Amino acid sequence: MTKSADKPVIDPFEAALEVHDIKGRSPWEDAWHRLLKNRAAVYSAFIMAFMLVLVVFGPMLISWESDFTDWDYTSSPPSIESGHWFGTDAVGRDIMVRTLEGGRISLLVGLVATIVSLVIGVSYGATAGYFGGATDRIMMRVVDIIYALPFMFFVILLMVVFGRNILLIFVAIGAVNWLDMARIVRGQTLSLKNTEFIEAARACGVGDWAIIRRHIIPNLLGVVIVYVTLTIPQVILIESFLSFLGLGIQEPMSSWGALVSDGAQDMESAPWTLVVPSIFLTVTLYCFNYIGDGLRDALDPKDRL
Amino acid sequence: MIKHSLQRLLGLIPTMLMLITVAFFLIRVAPGGPFDSEKLLPPEIEANLNAKYHLDEPLVQQYFRYLGQVVVLDFGPSFQYKDWTVNELIAQGFPVSATVGLAAMILAFVVGTLLGIAAALRQNSGIDYSLMGFAMLGISVPNFVIAPILILLLAVYAGWLPAGGWDWSVANMVLPVITLSLPAIAYIARLTRGSMIEVLHSNFIRTARAKGLPESVVIRRHALRPALLPVISFLGPATAAMISGSVVIERIFSIPGLGSYFVQGALNRDYTLVMGVVIFYGMLIIILNFIVDLVYAWLNPKIRYDEKR
Repeated sequence: MTKSADKPVIDPFEAALEVHDIKGRSPWEDAWHRLLKNRAAVYSAFIMAFMLVLVVFGPMLISWESDFTDWDYTSSPPSIESGHWFGTDAVGRDIMVRTLEGGRISLLVGLVATIVSLVIGVSYGATAGYFGGATDRIMMRVVDIIYALPFMFFVILLMVVFGRNILLIFVAIGAVNWLDMARIVRGQTLSLKNTEFIEAARACGVGDWAIIRRHIIPNLLGVVIVYVTLTIPQVILIESFLSFLGLGIQEPMSSWGALVSDGAQDMESAPWTLVVPSIFLTVTLYCFNYIGDGLRDALDPKDRL
Repeated sequence: MIKHSLQRLLGLIPTMLMLITVAFFLIRVAPGGPFDSEKLLPPEIEANLNAKYHLDEPLVQQYFRYLGQVVVLDFGPSFQYKDWTVNELIAQGFPVSATVGLAAMILAFVVGTLLGIAAALRQNSGIDYSLMGFAMLGISVPNFVIAPILILLLAVYAGWLPAGGWDWSVANMVLPVITLSLPAIAYIARLTRGSMIEVLHSNFIRTARAKGLPESVVIRRHALRPALLPVISFLGPATAAMISGSVVIERIFSIPGLGSYFVQGALNRDYTLVMGVVIFYGMLIIILNFIVDLVYAWLNPKIRYDEKR
């Protein structure tokens, strides 16, 4: 398999391919066009970008500190004059700055825990799919077993056992969320390994590395991107769930889940403390789900639900 | 069919073993013992307490003792609720949780499939889009957001329903059941719509229509059963989701179910109670998944494994 020997044979093909390339689109371009046609996904992407900017830079622009207690305005409704645009909570803390800072934590959890689940899931799934045979059977049996366990309860158990360390929350949530990813990556690797187009590429004399780069990774990447987008809202939801129960983020730090929990306690006297973080949380989850859905429709050629 | 069921039944054993093992050792690596939170005890009393609960034995021996107990469904005494065994707490809380959960499940199944079918029959119409937008909302809005908002609107402002509490009355159940079922309704509706659209494009439906059958008969007699298969296989995960949802719901509506005990136990570091609930619910989910698998095999002739024709 020396490159120089193959080259003259391949060249005419490549030349022919290049001519076609001008008219055709790559699968990625196809997917991109399909995605752009999905209005819900495009709007969601814009809203999320806006939300990200708001959460990252917003707290710097607001003159209130998140732990400053404004005793003149406890439980005051949203108003422009007081300077608390979204109102204050029962001890006079500004809801807007708290929500935005909580958003940092929530989105950070979404990012970090998703990366954890991505790393575990992809390496586990790819290993199982690549080696196949008995290794695959045992590894997937383990996944089946863990799948049947009530994982939410295990996260709570982990929180109880290891205390409420923020880093641990990230890892624990990621560590219970890799199963879907592993299954999908494994299945994809397994079926890609033996497909005709990989065989054809091999027959044309394309090197192993080029096959992986040009054919396997792009095909794997599609599903991985889709599941990453769908994992982010799940993970944010789990963190909010834990924080709502009082098992997640602790004061003075906050997340959307913790803020919703606080708000639910004073909702009769100060409904805005519930409504504002709820809207931020819901809009984020809604957008991520729509983006994930749109990506799946765009990238998955089988056009699943 | 019977052989397949027995094989599956045997396959449950490693899962359960793993469940118990993980729960047991997770609790044991936790820093601090169950009696740390109380006032400093004289060493003799602490030794006595430890002996009473067999905490002085080697870990492996404790593990097998616990395993032996769990096999006969004995989860031991609760560390925090004095004079209560974990079994008694489960017996007290589970009927409440199960009632709410079952009602929510039935509601989700009925409403979800109906909405899904309605959307599928008018694919890409305004009805379809608004139903699916609603479904996405149901998936995206966490139930701990929906619940307080519903309480605020229907209980506090309108005063139609009680805001919480539990006396086995229907009025008390309405809000918890609706909140618990909303995500499942949304998910089932999406699932049903997708599979229904797929089924309606298949050849046997075209044949049925070509025979001149009225559309309602085509749907009911031919399309419905295969379209519901994905929903059936979702029932297992749905139960798990409902159970974890119930933890939040019971807290918000102050329902004395198993979820409340679980959270209270987790916050109080009541290890035996937390472990007992995890194992109990874990077993419940595993067994329900097993039943769902059997029903699925029974409904879907394609995967009846060992029938030689």
